[in-house]
Amino acid sequence: MTAVPMPKASSITWARVMLRELRRNRLASVGLVVLLALGVMALLAPVLSPYDPELVNIRSRLTPPAWMKGGSSTHLLGTDSVGRDILSRIVFGARISMFVAVCTVVIGGSVGSLLGVVAGYVRGKTETIIMRLVDIQLAFPSILLAVALMAILGPSVRNVILVLSLSTWSSFCRVARGQTLSVCQQDFVSAARVLGASRLRIIFRHVLPNIVSPIIVVASFALATSIINEASLSFLGVGVPPSTPTWGGMLGEGRDHLRLAWWVSTLPGIALMLAVYSVNVLGDWLRDYLDPRLTN
Amino acid sequence: MLAYIVKRLLQAIFILWAVATIAFLLTFLSGDPAELMIGDNWTAEQITAFRDYMGFDRPLLVQYAEFLGRLAQGDFGVSIRQQVPVSRLIAERFPATLELTLAALLIIIVVAIPVGVLSAVRRNSPADRLAMGGALLAQSIPTFWLGIMLILLFGITLRWLPISGRGSPAHLILPAITLATFSTARVARLVRSSMLDVLGNDYIRTARAKGLSDHRVHYVHALRNALIPVITLLGIEVGALLGGALITETVFAYPGIGRLTIQAIHARDLPLVQGVITFGAMIFVAVNLLVDLSYSVLDPRIRHDGGADA
Repeated sequence: MTAVPMPKASSITWARVMLRELRRNRLASVGLVVLLALGVMALLAPVLSPYDPELVNIRSRLTPPAWMKGGSSTHLLGTDSVGRDILSRIVFGARISMFVAVCTVVIGGSVGSLLGVVAGYVRGKTETIIMRLVDIQLAFPSILLAVALMAILGPSVRNVILVLSLSTWSSFCRVARGQTLSVCQQDFVSAARVLGASRLRIIFRHVLPNIVSPIIVVASFALATSIINEASLSFLGVGVPPSTPTWGGMLGEGRDHLRLAWWVSTLPGIALMLAVYSVNVLGDWLRDYLDPRLTN
Repeated sequence: MLAYIVKRLLQAIFILWAVATIAFLLTFLSGDPAELMIGDNWTAEQITAFRDYMGFDRPLLVQYAEFLGRLAQGDFGVSIRQQVPVSRLIAERFPATLELTLAALLIIIVVAIPVGVLSAVRRNSPADRLAMGGALLAQSIPTFWLGIMLILLFGITLRWLPISGRGSPAHLILPAITLATFSTARVARLVRSSMLDVLGNDYIRTARAKGLSDHRVHYVHALRNALIPVITLLGIEVGALLGGALITETVFAYPGIGRLTIQAIHARDLPLVQGVITFGAMIFVAVNLLVDLSYSVLDPRIRHDGGADA
């Protein structure tokens, strides 16, 4: 029943069919809603957040959330060790988290997929070189390379995106190569070749459109990993500059006050988990939807 | 078979060489390694003296050749902060990380395989849904946050377990759970899907037709075959665990390689960083080599005759 063939009519019907299917999976629908909400939160952060996220107010430091004893409605989710409003910092943290993750997947994904297609299409020495690079990449625990590179390049949003893209491209490359190899076995590619289509035309018109689905699936899981990796770098103190509010950075700062103020570390973690879980749920659904053969 | 082993060994050596080269180049990525390592408070003369001492002013190729030469003899250089050979620091800290990683691996195997098998056998039952829903959730929890929450609950609120350091087996419980959770979820999901693949095969139907008990069919006939892709993933998980150790050891102030690495990075102790990266890759490559070679024992169909690709 779930195996709906993709209609080629127009992108509007295509999206409608997809949404109708999505609505049948309650968990994935919730995931989409949560992600959209986080996206809106990130975009409208300056409007939505009650305070300037970097506003220090020592007098109200470590105020508990509103529902606890000692909490007040002026700081709904309480404050951190220098009195900054946690709700505002979580709202602004969504910005960095989403921005870095999306950029990483776009950059790492395009570079990786393109290299994979080239490896699978051109074969020979080019393929060997590209796949050896993938092997080398996989021999590093990705977070280790990212931490080391960040320490040398210095903290900045641009560097985080660059470094995380570097640990993302290889999974795209492997999948794209595998898919290209199987697409190239098919008759329509040979036909295009016989008709005299150029290499570029074959790659862009015939190969790429046929390997998009698995790449989208890889992208969804890469998005989840990138959100976690960005937070990990900030947590370890080598991510974006510490003054910028990030979920990982907030968690790291809150660790020193765990005994007195559990909320400083706990609340941004919940935001982080919610984001990653939504992406994962949606990714699982996407995989089943785009490739029913993979469904158990 | 021998040809295959030789081929895989050569591949492993190539990857180690490449990793070492990247580790070497990391130092020079910033432009001036001397300045990067000692920071801003030094005078120009002091920096020059340090550059001379480290030999950074010599041609890059000479330094590279020397670096590889030393590495080939097992010499990882000297930590510039602690003035101790990097290999000694690694040797001091490695047992702690090994202990942590093995404990995590034990949790993964003991939890993930039964959960995955049961989920597959009782496919679409409430138990299966619960297990797979839980696995997806477990894959969404950032390691460091899980660690902090465990510290908060079992260390600070309930006071059942120590929250930092190393010593008794109790010290190992929280870090090992923290480190294992993500991989456990991933492995359980793979065990389930691999089991489902195998259960659809003809020889399983034959086994059932022979009148073998469900138990025997599932655990003797199916599981053995279902575990082959799982073992590959476990090899890859070792890499994930080594990476996860960076964060887990930092959260629990656990004195292993991971914490050593983060400290080295914060102290800009580049020889130590280089050494640890190369060492980590060595472990990972060695484990995966063993995994590949163990296939032919597990599955006699994979023989690698005539150097054919696996």
